[in-house]
Amino acid sequence: MIRGLGLFIAQKAFRLMALLVAVSILSFWLVSISPIDPVQAYIGADMLRVSPEQREAIAAYWGLDQPPLQRFVRWFSALVHGDLGTSMIYRQPVADVIRERFSSSFALMGISWLLSGIIGFAAGVAAAMNRNRWLDRLVKWYCYTLASTPTFWLGLLFIMVFSVWLGWFPVGLGVPAGVLAEHVTLGDRIRHMILPTALLSLAGISTIALHTRQKMIDVLDSDYVLFARARGEKGFGLFIRHGLRNVALPAITLQFTTFSELFGGAVLVEQVFSYPGLGQATVEAGMKGDVPLLMGLVLCSTVFVFCGNALADLIYRVVDPRIREGGMRR
Amino acid sequence: MNRPIHMEKRRIRAVHSILGFQAGLRQRTLFLFLITALLLVVIGLGGALLEPGSSATSLHERNLPPSFSHPFGTDWLGRDMFVRTIQGLSLSMRMGLTGAVSGALIAAVMGLAAATMGKTVDRIITWLIDLFLSVPHLVLLIFIAFVCGGGIKGVVIGIALTHWPSLARVIRAEALQIRSAEFVQISRRLGKSRRWIALRHIWPHLAPQLLVGTLLLFPHAILHEASITFLGLGLSPHQPAIGIILSESMRYLSAGMWWLAVFPGLSLLIVVRAFDLLGDQLLQLVHPRHARE
Repeated sequence: MIRGLGLFIAQKAFRLMALLVAVSILSFWLVSISPIDPVQAYIGADMLRVSPEQREAIAAYWGLDQPPLQRFVRWFSALVHGDLGTSMIYRQPVADVIRERFSSSFALMGISWLLSGIIGFAAGVAAAMNRNRWLDRLVKWYCYTLASTPTFWLGLLFIMVFSVWLGWFPVGLGVPAGVLAEHVTLGDRIRHMILPTALLSLAGISTIALHTRQKMIDVLDSDYVLFARARGEKGFGLFIRHGLRNVALPAITLQFTTFSELFGGAVLVEQVFSYPGLGQATVEAGMKGDVPLLMGLVLCSTVFVFCGNALADLIYRVVDPRIREGGMRR
Repeated sequence: MNRPIHMEKRRIRAVHSILGFQAGLRQRTLFLFLITALLLVVIGLGGALLEPGSSATSLHERNLPPSFSHPFGTDWLGRDMFVRTIQGLSLSMRMGLTGAVSGALIAAVMGLAAATMGKTVDRIITWLIDLFLSVPHLVLLIFIAFVCGGGIKGVVIGIALTHWPSLARVIRAEALQIRSAEFVQISRRLGKSRRWIALRHIWPHLAPQLLVGTLLLFPHAILHEASITFLGLGLSPHQPAIGIILSESMRYLSAGMWWLAVFPGLSLLIVVRAFDLLGDQLLQLVHPRHARE
């Protein structure tokens, strides 16, 4: 078992490396053929006040005067040593920016991920147990409608209802405006996090609920459930004894593979609520042409998604005895 | 009032069958098709026809809530929000359509190539699909929009490049399955040419799949287009796509101007939902077993 696990991790690590190399080569190539002049993007509105000499100095400072291949080699060798370069807009090492942003995004994404998983699972099971009744229709309708609702628009509605009309929550930002960093309490942070978290959880429910519903229906249609019903089992007990474990496993796996959508959702949610997280940094980097930060974020989000998928695989191995035994025999 | 009940029932049934509630799947699909196509034509044409001057600013009509003359209200420059919404939807739908169709074309080429051109090509394309799926869609979209230097082109390319992998996977699997099916094997033994098999056996199976796949990509494409323009990465404020209208409305939310955000977003939701439903219904017709319940 332990040896199998080690092998599994080594395999995944190797795959991640190959993936990261491919992504970095591709993204660097795309940036190098792009019509955007990074010096121009860096200068921005100060265009008229910057002389050609200063321009060259800036280009030399960021190493932009060399041919693309040489730049790539330099950037990539720095990357291998763990140096992602310096962010142009924050004037900080990219790794620091990402670390700082990730810690505030992590709480948002983590809580929403858990909430949407639990609520979605419960909704899916409830819908399947009440198949073709009003609860089922409601869940189905809700999921399909939610899947075609723009997340950011829902965020605008949230702000309108809960912040502007009812005044329950602040309009945006991660911390109260105009308050020194050391005066911000944990309560403030939590109050600012409630709306974004609620929105992100809501957006994630539909996939997991529909999937769980389908799996649960498959289970309910099976022979062993028919037999259990014939023995007189019903309702919640039937679900606990025959449904839960069969349905929970694929649901958990699915939930881990939604990291990609979770990240995308976080980008939109953070933008709507001006929440200082990774997503907002991504948008800013794209808007202001901060190439090092954008590349760093692309790589970081790739690692994030990959970890989700790898964890899903791992959990399958640990939890599902069929796959575990198959792996051991091999 | 005193009509017998069975006549009443028949009348209701007749109304229902016209509305498509009691009709079969095929009628329902056609009915939806009709409504959606009508919606598309109205919005597309409307957007193109309304362009000159009808969303002109009029400063004495600023910030009006919805009324009969302005069903969606007016904005801070006195522009009619209904006209702007139609224009925005029109632009968004055109971009979404271009993106979805290009994405579907890439998917068709890639999927077919993977299924028919040997192991090496298959491996490379499968790897490419995995590569594109390994970066979150929205991050990839932002990245591509940035690389293209913004504008409609960047958004459309971004949508095409982010939407092809899932459909390509479906088409590859489908083509592989048909290729190994018995009737194709027999056809091959009977000495039919590759071209004949491709045209007579594989294409008729794949064409509807491809069509429905494109149709199902379309709503996603519009949603992604709206997201990326909402984030401000695609278009300039002079090209009022629906995302731009919504992002502008953000500044006026705390002033209580709810109609700026509610109606454009709701229209977007309705359009996306309609096309999603249509795609779903068609999928059930084409591929009853694979359709989601």
